[in-house]
Amino acid sequence: MLGVVRKKMLGQSLLKIRPAVSMLRSYSSAAKQMTVRDALNSALDEEMSADQKVFLMGEEVGEYQGAYKISKGLLEKYGPERVLDTPITEAGFAGIAVGAAYHGLKPVVEFMTFNFSMQAIDHIINSAAKSNYMSAGQMSVPIVFRGPNGAAAGVGAQHSQCYAAWYASCPGLKVLTPYSSEDARGLLKAAIRDPDPVVFLENELLYGESFSVSDEVLDSSFCLPIGKAKIERVGRDVTITAFSKMVGHALKAAEILEKDGIDAEVINLRSIRPLDRSTINASVRKTNRLITVEEGFPQHGVGAEICASVVEESFAYLDAPVERIAGADVPMPYAANLERLAVPQVEDIVRAVKRACYRSVPLAAAA
Amino acid sequence: MALSRFASSSRSGSLLKPLSSAISLRRPISTDTTPITLETSVPFTAHQCEAPSRTVQTTANELLTFFRDMALMRRMEIAADSLYKAKLIRGFCHLYDGQEAVAVGMEAALTKKDCIITAYRDHCTFMARGGTLLEVFAELMGRQAGCSRGKGGSMHFYKKDSNFYGGHGIVGAQVPLGCGLAFAQKYSKDEAVTFALYGDGAANQGQLFEALNISALWDLPAILVCENNHYGMGTAEWRAAKSPAYYKRGDYAPGLKVDGMDVLAVKQACTFAKEHALKNGPIILEMDTYRYHGHSMSDPGSTYRTRDEITGVRQERDPIERIRKLILSHDLATEKELKDIEKEVRKEVDDAIAQAKENPVPESSELFTNVYAKGLGVESFGADRKEVRATLP
Repeated sequence: MLGVVRKKMLGQSLLKIRPAVSMLRSYSSAAKQMTVRDALNSALDEEMSADQKVFLMGEEVGEYQGAYKISKGLLEKYGPERVLDTPITEAGFAGIAVGAAYHGLKPVVEFMTFNFSMQAIDHIINSAAKSNYMSAGQMSVPIVFRGPNGAAAGVGAQHSQCYAAWYASCPGLKVLTPYSSEDARGLLKAAIRDPDPVVFLENELLYGESFSVSDEVLDSSFCLPIGKAKIERVGRDVTITAFSKMVGHALKAAEILEKDGIDAEVINLRSIRPLDRSTINASVRKTNRLITVEEGFPQHGVGAEICASVVEESFAYLDAPVERIAGADVPMPYAANLERLAVPQVEDIVRAVKRACYRSVPLAAAA
Repeated sequence: MALSRFASSSRSGSLLKPLSSAISLRRPISTDTTPITLETSVPFTAHQCEAPSRTVQTTANELLTFFRDMALMRRMEIAADSLYKAKLIRGFCHLYDGQEAVAVGMEAALTKKDCIITAYRDHCTFMARGGTLLEVFAELMGRQAGCSRGKGGSMHFYKKDSNFYGGHGIVGAQVPLGCGLAFAQKYSKDEAVTFALYGDGAANQGQLFEALNISALWDLPAILVCENNHYGMGTAEWRAAKSPAYYKRGDYAPGLKVDGMDVLAVKQACTFAKEHALKNGPIILEMDTYRYHGHSMSDPGSTYRTRDEITGVRQERDPIERIRKLILSHDLATEKELKDIEKEVRKEVDDAIAQAKENPVPESSELFTNVYAKGLGVESFGADRKEVRATLP
């Protein structure tokens, strides 16, 4: 609760960064519940309160209170100069936001979903990500692009794509993927405080989920480090990496596997770029088996990068081929039964783990 | 008939000004093609062109067809609302009730050689192009008989054999696509045009201006139709556009402002625009219309508009009521006959829903169909690539 102290393992040591102030306080042990939505809202509120340069821009973020109510109450509190409703023109307003960041402000740009960020992607990559490098450090871009990413429920092919792999392949960007309310608060605060462009990938289906949060998490100084994964569940037999909604699936899979005597370690990546290779590799060196889980398309996905990293750094420790669970290699279908086949389910993770543990023979069935 | 009942109207000018009617005895409904001359509700406002006359020719047959078609669309959308609340429709659902006159009036001015493309509020446009209720409801419920076999959903209806190109989820994208359809029509010397529909929210998209510029340079037969329902999701037009005179936004391209709740005005404007575009390149039509529902089923539509505004439009500008009054005032049908038509369409809608509910969901193998037109025998994968894989034909 006051930071998880990790055991030193094979070249890996992790300590959560704790602000000095919090060490002097004592915290009550009663854990409160907070939805991811409220976690994001409170993080935005606190960071806007702490730094005048932070402002929020996007479609329906002000008067409508946010398409998903993430920015509820902020217009009323901070006024129309700091909470700006934009027209439906992503290329335009993303460019404007990057320009504002060049000149010293700290924009938080909301994309109603990251599917619409494709209209603005030139500014994210060419205007934001590469500027610090091209200018030899003169033009840092302290901007956050945030919004829901990945599949929702029945929203079809143009509204369901996961952009983690695309953005994470670009040097100059930081890419974060919160899962829990603690993640949402800590990572959004870190993103807003960070001097570099951050792509902050939320998930619509997680907004309403509640998680316990400690007093430390609720404190306005709370912050999580960028680039550090969290071991959500310690295990011995197999490593499962996941991010965003899939962390929940992986944890459920771990519960099921426990009944079959398989003790799974679940890593919540939290950060896709930088990717916490040391935590992942340390885990695989302990368990010798790896399953990567993601919602997005499989080819050139996050799992492919993790697999390559492990093969490069921990090949001798692998006792089984790396397994990848990902979204189906098709545009997202609308029909509920097809959508279910297109998105990873808990049983897919369970099955892959058993294969890696040599508990089942893989079936290559044509659908 | 008491014309005096049409004298009071909050809009300047009277609601209807019949100049002549050839009907003295009421004939059987739906078959009479004797011309009737009427005036549109308001004159057209033009930008960089000469407005067409507000005098329109119609027939009893046409008016009754308009009534029936719009009543069917209205009923269909309201039924979709109930199905969504019953969770038989998932995801996004953007309803068109209030805007029927645009879809119906436009279709009356076109042939199936002309192309139409729109955004996600597409159920009625699909119907106007010849789609069936079963295809609509089955698609909304994710069943095999859907127009996209259940794989598209509400925002992705298509009917290529009628030159209806969808059905697009990304705001503004359909406009350059529509100009591309026009490019192909000109390239192939089709002598046909494309109507690319977009909303007041999309009207500020840069890609629209890029596509318009190219269309004007290359003289493409593209008609850009802004369905101005005055709200881009929850944002009123004046908060999103420095200039909400969308018919003027084409600058060098001519434009026309049209009462989008008057199906005859819509038809007149579209006829004019088609002729213009074939000769002179792109033109913009701004349809002044209104949606009764919120932006989508997740939007109540009442946080950014007053209920008085919504009921006001319903009382004074409803497109179906306008035609009903016209029909009654010209003695083309009785109130009972019109009510019977409404009952019929209600039954048609209910029957289609019942049929759609019985329709099966797509086969699992459909997950992998149509990824490519030519799959080259490559493999594709399910979520667990070792468990579910397929060869793309």
